[in-house]
Amino acid sequence: MDHLKKIEAQSIFILREAYRDFKNLVMLWSIGKDSTVLLWLARKAFFGHVPLPLLHIDTHYKIPEMIQYRDRAAKEWNLNIIYGENSEALKYKNTYPDGNLDRINCCKNLKTEALRHTLSGEWPRYKFNHQLGRYDVDEDKEAYTGVIVGVRADEEGSRSKERAFSPRDKENDWDVGDQPPELWNQYKTDFAPGTHLRIHPLLDWTELNIWEYIHREKIPIIPLYFDQGEGKRYRSLGCQPCTTPVESTSVNIPEIIEELKTGKFANIAERSGRAQDKEDGGGLETLRKEGYM
Amino acid sequence: MEKERLNLVIVGHVDHGKSTVIGRLLADTGSLPQGKLDQVKATCAKNARPFEYAFLLDALKDEQAQGITIDSARCFFETQKRYYIVMDAPGHIEFLKNMVTGAARADSALIVIDAFEGIQENTKRHGYLISMLGVKQVTVLVNKMDLVDYSQEVFEKTRTEYLAFLEHLNVKPLSFIPISAFEGDNIVSASKNIPWYKGPSVLEQIDKMKKPNSDDKLNMPFRFPVQDIYKFTALGDDRRNFAGTIETGSVEIGQEVVFLPSGKKSSIKTIEEFNVPVQSRATAGQALGFTLDTQVYIEPGELMARTDQPLPNISSRFRANIFWMGNSPLIQEKAYKLKLGSKRIPVKLVEIINVLDASNLSSIKNKQQVDKHDVGECVFETSKPIAFDLLNENEYTGRFVIVDHYDIAGGGVILEKLSDTETNFKKQIEKRELTWESGLISAKERSATYRHKPKFILFTGEHGVGKRIIAKSLEKKLFDHGLKAYYLVFSNLNLNLEMDSRDGYPFQERSKLIRRIGSVARIMTDAGLIFLTTSANFDDFDLEKIRLLTAPNEFLVINVGKNHFNHFKPDLILETDGDIELHLDQIYQLLSDQMVLEYYI
Repeated sequence: MDHLKKIEAQSIFILREAYRDFKNLVMLWSIGKDSTVLLWLARKAFFGHVPLPLLHIDTHYKIPEMIQYRDRAAKEWNLNIIYGENSEALKYKNTYPDGNLDRINCCKNLKTEALRHTLSGEWPRYKFNHQLGRYDVDEDKEAYTGVIVGVRADEEGSRSKERAFSPRDKENDWDVGDQPPELWNQYKTDFAPGTHLRIHPLLDWTELNIWEYIHREKIPIIPLYFDQGEGKRYRSLGCQPCTTPVESTSVNIPEIIEELKTGKFANIAERSGRAQDKEDGGGLETLRKEGYM
Repeated sequence: MEKERLNLVIVGHVDHGKSTVIGRLLADTGSLPQGKLDQVKATCAKNARPFEYAFLLDALKDEQAQGITIDSARCFFETQKRYYIVMDAPGHIEFLKNMVTGAARADSALIVIDAFEGIQENTKRHGYLISMLGVKQVTVLVNKMDLVDYSQEVFEKTRTEYLAFLEHLNVKPLSFIPISAFEGDNIVSASKNIPWYKGPSVLEQIDKMKKPNSDDKLNMPFRFPVQDIYKFTALGDDRRNFAGTIETGSVEIGQEVVFLPSGKKSSIKTIEEFNVPVQSRATAGQALGFTLDTQVYIEPGELMARTDQPLPNISSRFRANIFWMGNSPLIQEKAYKLKLGSKRIPVKLVEIINVLDASNLSSIKNKQQVDKHDVGECVFETSKPIAFDLLNENEYTGRFVIVDHYDIAGGGVILEKLSDTETNFKKQIEKRELTWESGLISAKERSATYRHKPKFILFTGEHGVGKRIIAKSLEKKLFDHGLKAYYLVFSNLNLNLEMDSRDGYPFQERSKLIRRIGSVARIMTDAGLIFLTTSANFDDFDLEKIRLLTAPNEFLVINVGKNHFNHFKPDLILETDGDIELHLDQIYQLLSDQMVLEYYI
């Protein structure tokens, strides 16, 4: 059994544990490469089905191809897709692109707040209607208490200390120093009622693993990750105004894999093209404390 | 070909030099980011402090905080042979949970001992945990040899002493290597300072360590803990998938398999994985699903095995070694949750044979509880029999964790299967019967007056097969004949009892229900009644418990619809949607055959 097959099996195991033990689960899908691999692993775990809703937070500043890709996958893979948004902030133009906020606070508004209130059911959820091919307001307003997220340990410092099943209290506080032990294949799957839980099936994956897996499984991926002839490609995808491409001439997956293997990016953080990480010293750390994934 | 990866954990007492060893390994294998070494050396020079390799790790951790992809809990280095993932296990006892989490994933371990300070508490405790966690390959590094003038005598003394300790644990270390991580002696190549040592350097030794051979797992008997059973009907899918990950062994299509502890059998029809070519054989490590030739009704948590191979043990009692990480001690008479493979089941500690101080393996006699950081040899009893292997047969299905309240508080390995003919459960019932106080009317007098024997009649079968209507009609018919019959719907009772007890965990509900049914039946039959109730989804073991609880009076089981029992033979099987009058005649016939109604007839 090779390494990819092993981490695949481990992720499938974690997804099945989550599905077995928790009600009100939701999987976050940012349309990026990691959460798309996560979605693919769910199809593996549940034999082609995805028996839980996928939640996408639409900032309305996402690169347009991402939304097209989302809706095509919804149809082709018979997905239960839900999106949420911060309609107030968008209406009153409380955003960075409108010039009214800095990047961090824009992220907070359009992503963190939108996510929090969509998870709790306080703000409307829009659910894909497969019959009519459009999004309708979802009648289900029950809170999602288990959130499956595609973070990887190698991405960034604060993510390297995560456990596969990680409790957060209502304020999203996370006690890094006193985390539950994980022994063999036994994860902590017992939580007091009211606990909000994050589940991380991809912790052991690296950026290279993700691309090797996309290649092996032939997972359809957004062409934004490839050089479109201008010597640039996106290494990490986010909102258009705050995401810049990296210098690269990789036009397909094998070339990306080769590029990563050369160590070209070894000392450049994967999220370095994501401008919000850089503001305020530790941007992502600040955002994560408030509930950013 | 893909280069191998090996997970290495470095353990040892605090300040014995773990970080220095890691720093050296990273530096001497050229695994550091460019210029890092010079940069740290320059920083040291600027601050007028001597350079230490341990500073490298600190520097890397700082960088990580800034968002560069190096992990503090995990460092990576590479030799010509393979990649190493090094887990830096904290030496401080407060971080034992983290050490255990790191070590449980390791293929091999380096235990670092300070030659000057000698073997310390955590040198032993970590050694114990390494053995218990199943880390197979251990090498001991006797560090700081420069501080003892590279004395062979000191090295041999440490070696002899620690070897004796490891022998107790059945751990056979690959080697003891005298090193100075600070000076770089015997890290990469043989050191001139230690001419008397002829063995491998640290790097040579770890390159010689074997990647745990997947053939080892493959050649063991087939073990497949059923994690879940899926039937997703979307888009016309009619597969019923038994999902899980194969722990050991292999299986082919057509093979007869048995689910344990229920004992139900079937054969593999298909091997299911999404987006892979059709397979006829599945092997250890694969996360997949099976469909079966026949409909088998089992719950997640059963262990699937091959009928042509040695089967796992089945019992509700076993002897195990356990280490405890919980803040509250492990005590008797408290209900915990056991997780073994995919099984989750209530468990109690019934006997403490021995509590060891893991730091020196001295036993503490007569200890009544297992405290945090203790290691205990104990007897456990689960609420029903479970399937397991012994540690020396198959460690992967012979180890478990114990959940206290909501936290994993202990990890253990099973040493011995104990007979469950004498369970605590049975002892409790015996005690109940011995102390049972009756009134002035004997059972015989009651029967004579009531014109029937007392009996508990339990209707079972799937949900929605019409159990209740049959039970209610029977109650009415018995009553109309002037007999003392009473029908109880258990949800009535449960709602009543739940009003003042909301402390239980949901996973114990089933075992509570069994106790309630049995105990109420004991009282009702003692009152001379024909007591009727209905409930779905019992298995063989549940009914055995109800039988024990109902004794001395017996019970009759009437199964409505499809019979899901394996060994247990219901006294009567009724068809679903049959004619009620016909059913009642059949039941009356059963009651007279059983002489329940002898006084009536």
